[in-house]
Parts: sequence; C-alpha cells; structure tokens
Amino acid sequence: MTDIAEAFAAAFSLVYHLDSDLGEIVLLSLQVSVGAVAVASAVGLPLGAAVALFRFPGRGAIVVILNALMGLPPVVVGLVVYLVLSRAGPLGVLGLLFTPTAMVIAQVLLVTPIIAALARQVIEDLWVEYEEQLRSLGATPRRALMALLWDGRVSLLTAVLAGFGRAIAEVGAVMIVGGNIDHVTRVMTTAIALEVSKGDLALALGLGIVLVALSIAVSAAAALLRGTLAQGRPR
Amino acid sequence: MRLPGRSRGRVFRLFTALALALLFAVPGALAGDFITVASTTSTQNAGLFDHLLPLFEAETGIEVRVVAVGTGQALRLARNGDADLLLVHDRPSEEAFVAEGYGSARFDLMYNDFVVVGPASDPAGIAGMGDAAAALAGIAAVEAPFVSRGDDSGTHRRERARWAAAGVDPTGASGTWYREAGQGMGATLNTATMMEAYTLADRGTWLSMRGRLDLRILVEGDAQLRNQYGVTLVSPERHPHVKAALARRFAEWLISPGGQAAIDGFTIDGERLFIPNAN
Repeated sequence: MTDIAEAFAAAFSLVYHLDSDLGEIVLLSLQVSVGAVAVASAVGLPLGAAVALFRFPGRGAIVVILNALMGLPPVVVGLVVYLVLSRAGPLGVLGLLFTPTAMVIAQVLLVTPIIAALARQVIEDLWVEYEEQLRSLGATPRRALMALLWDGRVSLLTAVLAGFGRAIAEVGAVMIVGGNIDHVTRVMTTAIALEVSKGDLALALGLGIVLVALSIAVSAAAALLRGTLAQGRPR
Repeated sequence: MRLPGRSRGRVFRLFTALALALLFAVPGALAGDFITVASTTSTQNAGLFDHLLPLFEAETGIEVRVVAVGTGQALRLARNGDADLLLVHDRPSEEAFVAEGYGSARFDLMYNDFVVVGPASDPAGIAGMGDAAAALAGIAAVEAPFVSRGDDSGTHRRERARWAAAGVDPTGASGTWYREAGQGMGATLNTATMMEAYTLADRGTWLSMRGRLDLRILVEGDAQLRNQYGVTLVSPERHPHVKAALARRFAEWLISPGGQAAIDGFTIDGERLFIPNAN
C-alpha cells in the first residue's frame, strides 16, 4: 500500500513541479506515437478498404494474415528493425539506429496491421449496406473506396485510436531501436522500464499514472473530434 | 457532443494545427557533436552517467549518448558498429574484442566488487564467508533459492565463473531453487527480495538500492569478486563511420586525472561506488 501511495505522490510531484525532463519525455512519446499513427493510417486505411472492396486471388489469406499481424510482438518488430538499421544491416548507412525516426519506423510496422484489419471490417460492413447504391450511381472502385472511407470516418477513428493505444503503450520495440537514451530517445514506457530496473517502483508507477492520464486526454480529444466529424455525416 | 456549426470548423482547424505543431516541435536535443556509448545496466542503475556526463559535456561540448544494456549485448552492438565506445566489465571479452580487430584500444577505468547478498535468515549459513565459490556450493547443497541475472551480462558471466569454480552446474536446477530472472541488476535485486533469495550483485547497484531492499551482504572481499570496468574504443578500421576522434576524447577524459577524480567523487550516502584505477 505504501508503494501505491508513494506512486501517486510521485506522479503529483512530477506534474506539479512541471519537471522539464518529464515534459521532454511526454513530448517525445507523443511525437513518436502520433507520427507513427499518422503514417500507419495513411497506409492502413486505404489498404484495409481495398482488401474489403476488391476480390482477388489470395484475399482470404491476406485477411487472415492482417488479423494475425495485429498480435505482432513488439520485441520481435524491434529486433527486425534493429537488424535492418544496424550499421551491419542493409540500411545501416542511413545512421538511423537510436534515433526517434527508428522508433517511428518500428511503431508503423506494429500499428499498420491493426488499423488496416479494423478498417477492413468497418468498410466491409458499409459495403454490404451501400453496394447497390454505389453501383447504381456508377461509382468507379476508386470513388467507391473514397466514399466508404469518408462515410465510415467515425468508426475508423476508433481503429486509429486502437493503433495509437498500441503505439503509446508498447515498450519492447522502442527500447531496442531507440536505446532509451536520456534526452534523445527516452519515452514514457522506456523511462518506466528503466525505473523498474533501478528498483524505484514508486517513481515507475508515478510515470505510469502520468501515461494513463495522457491516454485519457488523447481519447477525450478524439471524442471531441468524433462529435465534430459526426455532424458532417449525411445520416 | 454537439457543437454549433461555426465552432465545428474551429475545432477541426485546432486539431490540425495541434497535430502539425506536435510533429514539428523542436526536439529536446539538437544534434551537435555526439558519440554513442554502449554500456552496462550496472553503471546506469547506479547513476554514474548522470554524475559524469554533465561534467564532460560542460568541458568539451560533446554530447554522450548512453545505451545501457547487458555486457553481452553491449559487445554485440559495438561489434555491429552501432556504438563508438564500449564501457563494460568483462575483461576477457573486452580483450577478445580488441584482439579480433573490432576494438582499437582498451584501458582499465575503475573497479568495485561483487557481493553475494541474501536474506537475513541465511538458510545456507554463508554469512561471513570469504570464498564466493564455497558460498555458492553451500547454497546449492541446501537448494536455497538463488536469483541469477540470466542475461549474459558481465555480472552473469562472473556468477557463472564462480559456479564453475564451485564445481556446480546450477542450470540443471533452473526453475526450481535456481531462478534466472533475465533482467537488469536492479530488477534482479528486487526479485531476490521478494523471493527471499540469494543473488550476486555489483556493489554500485547494491549501494544505490539497499535502502529499498530486504537483503544484506553475506559474502565480500573475495579477490575473485573484483569487478574491473574497462573502456574500449571501437576500431575505425573495421567500422569507418565510427566517431573515433570524439570517442577517444571521451576515453582520454575518463582516464585523465580530471575524469578519474570525477569517478572518485561519485558517492551515495558517503560511500564511494567506483574506485578509479586507470594507469
């Protein structure tokens, strides 16, 4: 019990004193995860919609693989990205290892399947509803895809949030490719892991409380955005 | 959540602006001259870098980025050319690293020692022993719980060497009384407290954490428990991209009188954690 009380005290003290290190860590966490989710959405949403709308050989297998990749272990993704970005690896010359860019790359790989798989389900359900209408209007597949993505934007926002949740909470991938370097690649989750390894459980839990508060803030912001988006809907 | 029409557009613009501001916000550290050091969790957990790096950066303007992992992983990072400098504590593998051409030079830096810690109840009765191998043999004899780092770190390598000296192969008992945590020193000490188990710890991490632990030092002073740290330059012949000149400046600072005094001045509760011994 004392540990938990200490953790809340640590969390309040961190926030109350507007600890500049904490601010830096929070900002980097948001930059990396928001950046990764933006890229993953740009790839995953059209990809999911395309798999939902188009019929082609091997489509069933792709659906299964997309769903399975939602459970990709972050450590494995981190390891693969490390091997690719390492100086001894194929893209080593770029010198991206232990930079925030490397962390974004790893999180994009983790998050894209989640957004694509959830988007596929949303668009497939909408397609059942609107197929006849879109066909009778003579919409090209491309226009149909764009129309459905727009129409499903409220549900798709949930898919994007699920991706963000994964990105902001994972520690395995960013730890390996970022290296948890103070002031360079230290984010909320790796800072928590470090405090656990130092044995400072109260500070670790305090950081955890700040992370949860951050997640709640993002989710509240999304609710506000959803309200705005929903008003533009035809129905 | 319904908003009047006018503010709807405003909310949307606000979000776009926020997202853009976030992505283009100036990162905390502007990349100037920096080097990457592969080091160990024991030095980081003890807080040594928080003490040394600001001094070096103030003097030279060179930023030092520390990736703290186990000694085994640190050696692999350096072998792949992903670090400019190694600061670890497993002399045989550091010397092999240089001999194989991955490193250009290695210097002794500082030392402390390992200690066998355990619960006050001391079920194996090893308190006060001066021979770590004999103490481990005693723990194995009564099958008292022992938590191993289990992560191929320098501490883990030393622990395995002492088991070998004791003539015991504890890995056969892995999962019963011998428990491989696969974690850093701090987490392993916490685990040992929870399990009322023995473990081998470096004195630096022990001193920085002992206030939070329900363990005590049972065996110390064995010459075989000396914990020598070395600093090794990654060879630019093997990896042309390494920042050899900057890395050398850091290494030379560490072994200079100024750097050695800084190491000497790092204390917790008045106790010195590392004893500088560069030649």
